[in-house]
Amino acid sequence: MIQISNLHKSFKKNHVLKGIDLDIDAGGIYAILGPNGSGKTTMIKSILGMIIPDEGNLKVDGEDIHKQFAYRQKLNYLPQIADFPGNLKVNELIRMIIDLREQTANHEPLLETFGLNPYLEQKLSTLSGGSAQKVNLVLTFMFDNPIYILDEPTTGLDPNALIQFKGLLRKERDKGKTILITTHIMSFVDEVADEIIYLLEGRIGFKGSIDKLLAIYESEDIEHAIADMAKNMIDA
Amino acid sequence: MLKILKYSFYDLMRSKWSYFYFLFYLLLGFLLLFLNNDVSKGIITLLNIIVVLVPLIGTIFGIMYFYNAREFTTLLLAQPIKRSHIFFGQFLGVGGSLTLCLVLGLGIPFIVYGLMKSAAIWDFGLLLVVGACLTLIFTALAFNVALRNTNRIKGFGYAVLLWLFLAIVYDGLFLLSLLIFEEYPLDTYALIGSMANPIDLSRILILLKLDISVLLGYTGAVFKSFFGTNKGLIVALLILSLWIVIPVRWMIWEGNKKDF
Amino acid sequence: MSYKWAIGCILFGMALVQAETIKVCATCTYSSIKEAVLKAQPYDTVLVEKGVYKEINIRIDKPLVLKGLELPVIDGEDKGEIITIVADDVYLSGFLIRNVGTSYTTDYAAVRVIKSKNFRIENLQLEKLFFGIYLEKSSYGKVINNSISGDAVEEYNSGNGIHLWHSNNIEVLNNRIEKVRDGIYLEFSDNILIQNNESLNNVRYGLHFMFSNDDSYVENLFENNGAGVAVMFSKNIRMTNNIFRNNWGPTSYGLLLKEIYDAEIKNNRFVKNTVGINIEGSNRILYSLNNFENNGWALKVKGACYANRFEQNNFLSNSFDISYNSHLNDNIFERNFWSSYTGYDLDKDGIGDVPYRPVKLFSYIVNRTPETIILLRSLFMDIINFSERVSPVFTPDNLIDASPQMKQI
Repeated sequence: MIQISNLHKSFKKNHVLKGIDLDIDAGGIYAILGPNGSGKTTMIKSILGMIIPDEGNLKVDGEDIHKQFAYRQKLNYLPQIADFPGNLKVNELIRMIIDLREQTANHEPLLETFGLNPYLEQKLSTLSGGSAQKVNLVLTFMFDNPIYILDEPTTGLDPNALIQFKGLLRKERDKGKTILITTHIMSFVDEVADEIIYLLEGRIGFKGSIDKLLAIYESEDIEHAIADMAKNMIDA
Repeated sequence: MLKILKYSFYDLMRSKWSYFYFLFYLLLGFLLLFLNNDVSKGIITLLNIIVVLVPLIGTIFGIMYFYNAREFTTLLLAQPIKRSHIFFGQFLGVGGSLTLCLVLGLGIPFIVYGLMKSAAIWDFGLLLVVGACLTLIFTALAFNVALRNTNRIKGFGYAVLLWLFLAIVYDGLFLLSLLIFEEYPLDTYALIGSMANPIDLSRILILLKLDISVLLGYTGAVFKSFFGTNKGLIVALLILSLWIVIPVRWMIWEGNKKDF
Repeated sequence: MSYKWAIGCILFGMALVQAETIKVCATCTYSSIKEAVLKAQPYDTVLVEKGVYKEINIRIDKPLVLKGLELPVIDGEDKGEIITIVADDVYLSGFLIRNVGTSYTTDYAAVRVIKSKNFRIENLQLEKLFFGIYLEKSSYGKVINNSISGDAVEEYNSGNGIHLWHSNNIEVLNNRIEKVRDGIYLEFSDNILIQNNESLNNVRYGLHFMFSNDDSYVENLFENNGAGVAVMFSKNIRMTNNIFRNNWGPTSYGLLLKEIYDAEIKNNRFVKNTVGINIEGSNRILYSLNNFENNGWALKVKGACYANRFEQNNFLSNSFDISYNSHLNDNIFERNFWSSYTGYDLDKDGIGDVPYRPVKLFSYIVNRTPETIILLRSLFMDIINFSERVSPVFTPDNLIDASPQMKQI
């Protein structure tokens, strides 16, 4: 579904991505892990075309995305920070995004699920962080597209919303969607991820299933396995 | 792109700054007309104000909008929309709403004071054309500055400095160079030097209207053929539109290679 | 007896004085004006009927009335001078005279008056001319209601509309002159009154004065002339109620004064000229109650000009009010209205509380480097003008109007 080859990106002197090669097949939940500053968000934004790579190729659904925009029809993106134009109301924002994407959306059940209906007439600037994140989720999941890219989706969610969110994820995976998630919460990874992609200092450190990771590092839980992996890689 | 324009425009139309700008021009128009009590005199005073003030407001508004709309921009970038359309649409939204404020803000008082029956209607037309051009030029320049500077404070500072340079410092350096090389024939240089700054260029359009008698007092052949005929007006308008096109192209180019 | 003798005497006298009227037309006894004039006795009237008369060198050498009925045409066919008057008491009226010969050696005129007195020339229309009405060493005459329209393009091959040379006590009234070299030209001519004429679109000057004293010109309109109006080397000239308009160009002036002494310039309007009045070496002139509107420079003062007074004039929306090329000032400006005056009047006496400095630093800079005119109305110039106003360095320190009016006069 997504092919990345030899992806490089520097911000001024900071060489963030140092040659990423990655092949993501269609279907399944991929957890993108790595310490702060390892290049997770940069990689995701490269796929979205928000960051222009210095070098390398990116293909989505077999199509080179360089200077393209129409491929984003197939992508649903949840940004890390739920930053919205503050002077819009919630329902105005939803209508605007639908209008801009020109796709059919199914937002009513989602609003119901996250209990957002009372907030529809509120301005986005007056929402709490958690509510904003819920709006973020609605905007992402209201379109029925093959690829989901979620940057830290669990931030600020209350337990109930988190449960609903996990349910959504499973439902979409079962429909055969490709879902990329960056996160720092290992329990969450353990619970939902099919495969792990581990980034360290701008390179892919590991790609494979959770079982494979646990087997290699002879560990009981992901947290320790990852810690060992990071230690090994730095030593190497 | 029209959708982006629509949303930017809506966004600005409900921002209090737009109303502030509109009311400012409304007040200025009424005040000048009240003091002069004469449409054509009011226009002359306004022309002098407009060449300096409109660029400043275009700059400040442009840079403020760009930084404030950052969330909106990021949101748009993840959508299946062409990048150039995002920036061009936003540019048109800001430039368009500012121009609308200018036209309405000044138009209403002048119409109330009998512009339509006055011979100065062409001068007023020139005033609006110059005002609109300067708004678009300086909005585009401000967008360029904002695209190159992620730091808001820095970007704001650079944009105001750019205005200060073009509105005042440039003319000082220009004058100095004219005085230093006064032994040489300077009229071509003087014309080119004025074309190279959109504020000076707009001022020349106004001079063509108001001070043609003094401009024809100069003996240089280049001046004479430029100011004495319609050539001057046409060339100045043409270059003024180039002054819109180039910063806008540059802005789109800058936007296409920027990371968000 | 004595009664009869008396009547006889009167009849005889009448016969002597009784002027005859001679008619000229295609079918009359006389079909040529020239012939009729030749045959006429002094004080006769020659009436010319409608028609085209192709004649030149009509010489009037006796007191005579030569009058056209329904505007007959005298066509010179570009061969030479048409009417020459060399006698006193000639009245000439009602002709359209065209195609005067052009020459580089002789100044052919449509009508020339030589050494004559008490003439009156009126209601003529002159077209395609070289010189129009040329007065030479003549006096006590009137030139009234003529319309002179040339087709001059260059100075060197064109002549003047009304030309006065060594003439005095002449009145030039209600004429309209256009497209000649100088509309009205005076040289060594004193006690002349020029009133209510229009002089437009001439190649050089609308009115040109040289070495002529004690003259007045009032209520005239001078518009769009190549170089405006020039008054030079003359004394005691009165210039009032004239309009000087739209004289544009590097050497064009509403009014050019050069070596003029003791003149009065009052109630005139100077509108949209490159320079309203250009003053060189002129002393003891009173400028009052004039309006200077939308000129490039209202006043340009060059060289030594002393003891001039500028009072109660209106300076309205000129690009520059005054340009001075000297650091000294011996002229007085007072009680003028300056539209660019920004002072205040706290004591409400109608006079601004701070003096007005009519010479801007920018005008000094433009005098030095003319190309800097391109910076007119720029914010930078406003700033340095302001600083110069606060502490003058380049402009004459005492050149101020200490009593600027708050309201237009």
